[in-house]
Amino acid sequence: MLKILKYSIFDLLRSRWSYVYFIFYLLLGFVLLFLNSDINKAVITLMNIIIVLTPLIGTIFGVMYYYNSKEFTELLLAQPIKRSKIFMGQYLGIALSLTLSLFLGLGIPFVFYGLFKSAAIFDFSLLIVVGSFLNFIFVALAYNIALSTENRIKGFGYAILMWLFLAVIYDGIFMISLIMFNEYPLDKFSLIATMFNPIDLSRILILLKLDISALLGYTGAVFKDFFGTNFGFIISMFILFLWVFLPVLRMKFKLKKKDF
Amino acid sequence: MSYQCSVFSIQCSAFSYQFVIPTVLKFSRERTTRNFLLLFFSFLFSTTFSQTKTINVCATCDVKTIKNAIKIAKDNDTIFVKKGIYKEHKINVNKAIHIIGEDYPILDGENKTESIFAIKAANFSISGFHFKNVGMSYTKEIAAIFISKSNNFVIKDNKMDHVFYGFILQRTKYGLLQNNKILGESKTEATSGNGIHLWKCENMRIEKNLVSGMRDGIYLEFVTDSHVSHNTSIKNVRYGLHFMFSHKNEYHHNEFKRNGAGVAVMFSKFIKMHHNTFHYNWGTASYGLLLKEINDAEITDNVFEQNTIGINIDGCNRITYKNNHFIRNGWALKFTGGCYTNLFEYNNFMHNAFDLSYNSRLNDNKFEANYWSEYNGYDIDKNGIGDVAHRPVKLFSYVVNKTPETLVLLRSLFVDIINFSEKVSPVFTPDNLKDEKPLMKPINPLE
Amino acid sequence: MISIKNLHKKFGKLTVLDGLDLEINKGGIFAILGPNGSGKTTLIKCLLGMVIPNKGEIKIDDKSVLNKWEYRNNLNYLPQIANFPTNLSVSELINMVKNLRPKQANEQELIDLFGLTPFLNKKLGNLSGGTKQKVNLVLTFMFDSELIILDEPTTGLDPIALIHLKELIQKAKTNGKTILITTHIMSVVDEIADEIVFLLDGKIYFKGSVTALKKQTNQTNLEHAIAELMS
Repeated sequence: MLKILKYSIFDLLRSRWSYVYFIFYLLLGFVLLFLNSDINKAVITLMNIIIVLTPLIGTIFGVMYYYNSKEFTELLLAQPIKRSKIFMGQYLGIALSLTLSLFLGLGIPFVFYGLFKSAAIFDFSLLIVVGSFLNFIFVALAYNIALSTENRIKGFGYAILMWLFLAVIYDGIFMISLIMFNEYPLDKFSLIATMFNPIDLSRILILLKLDISALLGYTGAVFKDFFGTNFGFIISMFILFLWVFLPVLRMKFKLKKKDF
Repeated sequence: MSYQCSVFSIQCSAFSYQFVIPTVLKFSRERTTRNFLLLFFSFLFSTTFSQTKTINVCATCDVKTIKNAIKIAKDNDTIFVKKGIYKEHKINVNKAIHIIGEDYPILDGENKTESIFAIKAANFSISGFHFKNVGMSYTKEIAAIFISKSNNFVIKDNKMDHVFYGFILQRTKYGLLQNNKILGESKTEATSGNGIHLWKCENMRIEKNLVSGMRDGIYLEFVTDSHVSHNTSIKNVRYGLHFMFSHKNEYHHNEFKRNGAGVAVMFSKFIKMHHNTFHYNWGTASYGLLLKEINDAEITDNVFEQNTIGINIDGCNRITYKNNHFIRNGWALKFTGGCYTNLFEYNNFMHNAFDLSYNSRLNDNKFEANYWSEYNGYDIDKNGIGDVAHRPVKLFSYVVNKTPETLVLLRSLFVDIINFSEKVSPVFTPDNLKDEKPLMKPINPLE
Repeated sequence: MISIKNLHKKFGKLTVLDGLDLEINKGGIFAILGPNGSGKTTLIKCLLGMVIPNKGEIKIDDKSVLNKWEYRNNLNYLPQIANFPTNLSVSELINMVKNLRPKQANEQELIDLFGLTPFLNKKLGNLSGGTKQKVNLVLTFMFDSELIILDEPTTGLDPIALIHLKELIQKAKTNGKTILITTHIMSVVDEIADEIVFLLDGKIYFKGSVTALKKQTNQTNLEHAIAELMS
């Protein structure tokens, strides 16, 4: 698996898109810090971008890589390597190279502007951790979709729809149901609904460290007590981990029956 | 300074044999304001030019307790209390005397349910003491210094800790509380008292005090024509400053930080609030400043930073808000009742989660020439004023008002989208609530 | 060598292999023929473990290969369409495949044979179809394995390369290897195949030597013989 991982990363790191992605984050980081040298504010703006963009890029990269390397995968399948290792290698390759782009692209400008002297280093680290989680989650989801869909146009369509659903539509439904069931206690519902969407969960995790923690008191004690504590933080991280683990598990399951 | 001294030297020569002198000299060095001089002129006229004496109190002195010293003192005498521990309480002061502690002698109330000083007098002063251990009571009002029906006094440079109330002042006039430090360790509202508590007072000055860890830092009820300035009120369980039914007061250059609920100003008229800093009042029901039923006030040059709510405005009319900075609050302004004829101009609204939230009609209020960090219009004619109006109320803030639980969706892409669409064609938010002349650059940026 | 019993495979409603039985002995060249959609590629992919059969058993050297992967170490496969990662260079790809298989490789000999030396540092994305197929052949023949499976090996090859390919196949045969070929070029079959396996409707319709086929169908020409079989 490590060999496949090595070659996938090698392959991706030399593709144009990885650089575009890396340079995008690099420019973003520099521009944000250049426009307002307050690292805290830059972290908030970055969060807005990261929770929308990382899932989108992860989804697109995942699907694209799967379909583009299909024939190569077939060549690998004829080699004496276990199936799951081939795909795990590829999956990790994409997720890691995206994470690397994110980490370096944002890390360099931040280090440049004195991140280590700033208290924002924890917020920044959290941002990177959550961004990495989102990369791993959405590449895994994209791989699942691609594995289940032979037609690449359809596959792309489903993947984008999946992103659109989690990034926008889900929140729309969430908000409408909150408004509709206004009279009922909604704390637990909100909490659970947040857990079921990795984008929402990541957003809340970051916001709690930034500016929402006290505001959340308005939404009821359950929410605040949960997210405001270390326990809640650990549980949230664990759920994010599940969001990686379950799609990967399904991938393995799907691979056992998949024909190429 | 030399000019001031020469003015004072006239006083000084006239008063050289008076006990007020050490106090006076100290004040003259501190560039006191005109009003303050007036206070001393009142001393001048109220005291006679008779011979006065000094009484020393210490463990080895002739007079060993403050109570005894007061007993033998006459009007205008000065009592010097040397360093040491004095386990006294219920010290009644009913004469125009000056009690001065040297090197902070400790007045230990031994947690008895009595005030240490209980004062009813005029033309007196107390300074330089360290008050400790004033017991708690649910039925009695007990303070380190309890003053009633008094006027023309100065209480300054005292330290207090483990006191139930720091000061309780009732029906007093022309008093000065200056440079006192009241440090409590209160946990709950029910078991704690206020730092400085004034009831039915007039023409009071509360300056440069530090109050922390009490219930309310400074509490004023039925207090008029008074000044509260340069105080620091932090980490109090309830309010940093609490104003009730207190008209024509002014408070300025105070700092209110990390208080349970912030600062509350209620049911008062003609109040001036300026150059105060309200920050880090960050909790579930916290705000920088709560205004309830306030009319004809001026709120200028204040800084509201990182409060859950910058100003919570409930039923307030004819208030001018000018040159205030609202920075990184949850809500910069939250209107919770009918508010009419308020004017907001030249304020900075920067990086708040919500700049404005309201739940009733707001159309009689005017927002003009403020700086909004959220504003993304343009300024083609380069006159510093944006060419398109800014709408400070977002659709999401309207939704959150109706259903607070939706706050969990803050900063999500969906919310950005609905805010944007509402901005393009307003349906829910009032069409006329807008700043027609949004500034392109912040006013007087803070360093 | 290979023993396939009662192999079934359906793709959705489409039955591709329908109870296929096949025995292939060690050594020799076997041409797997059949009309389009008869299940040739599916059969090969089942052998390779790329397609999972619904039912049936595949054994190589008396060992079941379903859901296994180690056996592929002794198997060389030439896929139909050689589409490699475009960012890698030829030598990187060769090194990578070498790296993946714990086996001795004689790639240099093959590179010289197909004249690929000038292309070694070129990116695979910039190569012509024929050159890619040559690279594909290098990757297949550089290992010494008992079983060699070639899916349309002649695609895009120039006559010289074709001759080299035939030589390679013959050489493997003399070394006692088992070679399975699918192709539509009947002259190649006529020239090199020892046995023909003819697939129709997911079953083995004919299995035997070229001469036997000609005899059975009373045809002298292989193409006609095949056409006769199908009718």
